[in-house]
Amino acid sequence: MTDQRHHFRQPLQRSPFHPRIEAANVLNAWAPWAGYTTALNFGDVAMEHSAIRSTASVYDVSPMIKYAIEGPDAVAYLDRLTLRRVAGMPVGGVQYTAWCNDAGHVLDDGTLFRFDETRFRLCCQERHLPWLLDSAIGFDVTIRDVTEEVAGLSLQGPTSFAVLKAAGAAELADLKPFRMAEVRLGPVGPVTVSRTGFTADLGYELWVAPERALDLWDHLMISGRLHGIRPVGTEALNIARIEAGFITANADFVCAEHALRPDRARQPDEIGLDWMVDLDKGPFNGRAAIRAARRDRTLKWALVGLDIEGNISAEGSIVYLGGRKEVGQITAAVWSPTTKRNIALAQLLRPWHRDAGDKLRVEIYALRELQYHKLMLPARVVKRPFFNPPRRRATPPAMF
Amino acid sequence: MKDTAASTVPGPSSRTWDAVVVGAGHNGLVAASYLARSGLDVLVVEKNEWIGGAAVSRELHPGVTYSNCSYVFSLFRPEIMRDLDLPAHGLQVLPYESGAVFKRDGGYVAMYRDHEATRREFARHSPRDAESYDRYSRDIMRYCRFIRPLLMRTPPDPASFKLRDMSEMAYLARHFLALGSEDAAEMVRFWTMSISDFLDEYFENEAIKSYLAVSSIIGTALGPMSPGTAYVLLHHYMGDVDGNIGAWGYARGGMGAVTKALASSFLAAGGTIRENAPVARIKVREGRAEGVVLEDGEEIRARRVISSMDVKRTFLGCMDPSDVPAPFLEKVRNFKSRGSSGKLNIALDGVPEFTALPEGSPCIQGDLHFTDTLERMERAYDEWKIGRWSSDPFQDTMIPTLTDPTMAPPGQHFMSCFVQYCPPRLEGGREWTENDRDAFGKAVLDQIEDYAPGFKNRVLHVEVRTPRELEAEVGLTDGNIFQGELTFDQLLFNRPVPGYAQYRGPVDELWMCGSSTHPGGGVMGAPGRNAAAEILRGMKAGTTKKTEMRDAYPVI
Ligand SMILES: Cc1cc2nc3c(=O)[nH]c(=O)nc-3n(C[C@H](O)[C@H](O)[C@H](O)COP(=O)(O)OP(=O)(O)OC[C@H]3O[C@@H](n4cnc5c(N)ncnc54)[C@H](O)[C@@H]3O)c2cc1C
Repeated sequence: MTDQRHHFRQPLQRSPFHPRIEAANVLNAWAPWAGYTTALNFGDVAMEHSAIRSTASVYDVSPMIKYAIEGPDAVAYLDRLTLRRVAGMPVGGVQYTAWCNDAGHVLDDGTLFRFDETRFRLCCQERHLPWLLDSAIGFDVTIRDVTEEVAGLSLQGPTSFAVLKAAGAAELADLKPFRMAEVRLGPVGPVTVSRTGFTADLGYELWVAPERALDLWDHLMISGRLHGIRPVGTEALNIARIEAGFITANADFVCAEHALRPDRARQPDEIGLDWMVDLDKGPFNGRAAIRAARRDRTLKWALVGLDIEGNISAEGSIVYLGGRKEVGQITAAVWSPTTKRNIALAQLLRPWHRDAGDKLRVEIYALRELQYHKLMLPARVVKRPFFNPPRRRATPPAMF
Repeated sequence: MKDTAASTVPGPSSRTWDAVVVGAGHNGLVAASYLARSGLDVLVVEKNEWIGGAAVSRELHPGVTYSNCSYVFSLFRPEIMRDLDLPAHGLQVLPYESGAVFKRDGGYVAMYRDHEATRREFARHSPRDAESYDRYSRDIMRYCRFIRPLLMRTPPDPASFKLRDMSEMAYLARHFLALGSEDAAEMVRFWTMSISDFLDEYFENEAIKSYLAVSSIIGTALGPMSPGTAYVLLHHYMGDVDGNIGAWGYARGGMGAVTKALASSFLAAGGTIRENAPVARIKVREGRAEGVVLEDGEEIRARRVISSMDVKRTFLGCMDPSDVPAPFLEKVRNFKSRGSSGKLNIALDGVPEFTALPEGSPCIQGDLHFTDTLERMERAYDEWKIGRWSSDPFQDTMIPTLTDPTMAPPGQHFMSCFVQYCPPRLEGGREWTENDRDAFGKAVLDQIEDYAPGFKNRVLHVEVRTPRELEAEVGLTDGNIFQGELTFDQLLFNRPVPGYAQYRGPVDELWMCGSSTHPGGGVMGAPGRNAAAEILRGMKAGTTKKTEMRDAYPVI
């Protein structure tokens, strides 16, 4: 499709991995994500989730929005833009971060990759070019959407290192979490590999030029054959990410620029990102507002993990204190196959994220053969991640 | 349809109606329907041979039905459709496709129903604008959410100490303050600024800005650089098609289908409509309206008179000045209703081929525009100021028959071209002549031909309408399509004039229910509904039947 005017003929774009994904998507389970058509599953969500936790899984992350941020002032710019300290980031480092508007409301979260002194890439869920450009006034940086220029494949699971080793990248044994390296993978050529992911398990994300995408897919599948590799869709990944306790923009919080209802915007402290706010690094967008909210105790919400009685998933439920008082809302929930618990992420009104004791109740309407069973299940606030195995961090990683 | 009635009508002059409604436009019919359903004996008198006012569909070329004035549907309040059961009376609304603004360099910017397609389309012209569009839409939507609850409420009189006015003022204040100080400031800016300044805060590409500015000048004697045009945009976005806020559609069968359904609902409720019954004068005795006198001298007596004509026609045209307080008349004279729009309705024997559009583009089914910069739009307005029609006109053009199969035989089409700017009188105050009108029509046809060569060969018939024709047919003073401009000084409790925003005229039992009243023009129905609510509120308990009249659906 060289004539750009014709884009309307194919409203959802295809990822560079699409030919392989299409072939494997035996149930035709498609869903749009950021303008791409993506696989919900490849036929069996339980088997796919099991691959994430027991062997190796590949998940196409190409639709993720990616901005190249480059220039002599890139560090200063990013320090001004984001919540965490960027100056201290090593070359080859990766940072999970977030950025706010002047009211201290979170615009999005994402991962920041540092390629060298002056070149970065920011990956996120939503689009932010106007904000990023406006924030760059006075800085010597260029910002460019490179979403379509980079294909990404997430390789996650206990045997993911074994797969990479078989693929010819044994040197990745030394790669620590939140670091990246460039390797040459046999027939694929150069691949950027970061030890990152959305599963809280051992895992990597592989980034290549779109022309190399299918070679990468094929090479991984061949290399992983003896290590239980299989493609997974968004449904399986979502179970793993809830087990990992990770939040998703516009699912667990509303991006400030998208919030139609002004009261939906949240400060970092209200969505569990308080740990990343570096008030001492110098000025950044939202600092004064975040500081004031902490000082004046005006924070209203908190994001917590919940461990709920029973085994019925509490997707979308209202959370109560005792029987009647509404104190929050569940934003993501799943019966966790890995931890054998009924887990959820929830936004709770303060101070009930801390002071509710055993009084929290979750209202579940379970539809069973045309009738609702209304349940009020006790729930407890628990630490995230719900699942956090040592193999996630071990360096060198184990072979399984 | 002459003297149509569900029950036998006694000789008109021997009878006193509970209410006579002047004008069978959509607002007159909405008010009449609510009153008839409440048990009143209601007569609607309409000057034309047909009903509909500015929501009318007439077959002016054999087999081809036009939407002669209004042509797209969105603002009509869904609560009214439900109260009056309009779908059961034949009203069907069709969403329509996308659209495009053609650029002089042969390109175009399109808008698609699919969000991602629109983003990619904008990105062809400006990657930044493509990503600004979401925040822009979000902000417009916030303003829509603010204004929608106000549409079906009678504005308070800010100078009154009546409990009801004070509590309504308090409601407005609360509604406004609930925004928080930052958003309240933004809101006031938005209500008063020009669309050009507003769009500059989001976008850089001229063609994209021109597309988005379309709704801000429609029906407005202002240019995109005039303050107040941002609000006009909102006025066009606050409607919806089945909850899809800001979306536009067609009434199946043409805009006349709206008034047809209303008339059917009204007749079913026992009402009476008389066409060919132009009112010459509203009769007043001892400070109280008591009926109307038709142009042929026939008198019709009624306990109340409800005018759906614009306020200028009502009070300056159809009343004895000695019956109306002079200061009120002065305010009515000051009410701005400058006409700025013309329209071409065209029957075609095929679909024009716009060279810019790729084969199979859905844009042909949407709204089409030929003005690719705000400056061209503003220049078009400059000509209006000196009493000329725009030589390079702005158009909102569409071919409804690509969506609605009922309006033309297969293969033939109805094309609706809404045009600005077109002054009510020409340079030096000169009246329009037939030659002027045809020259105006030619400017519009030539512009389309430039982008769709061969278009003119497909034309079977054209109806050209300048403000002169609109005034003569619909009674819109100076051809203002909204029965008065939608500027901030003429909105809410200042519409139509301060002190008279509650649908009551300056004479007892004389009511106003047309688009001159809050919340203004467009095929919305809210003025008619609100007027009926006020009339019924003033009636003694027990004298009316309870009928369904919903409050505005909540905005959550
Ligand atoms: C060219 C044009 C395009 C438009 N496009 C759109 C659009 O696409 N979408 C939209 O929502 N709105 C549009 N509008 C605006 C909308 O059509 C009007 O605001 C609305 O229809 C007005 O309705 P109304 O009932 O208030 O008054 P009117 O429709 O003006 O009704 C008044 C009625 O009174 C009658 N009348 C006048 N004088 C007398 C008399 N002396 N005796 C008896 N009867 C009399 C008239 O004939 C008419 O039927 C457009 C308007 C025009 C003119």
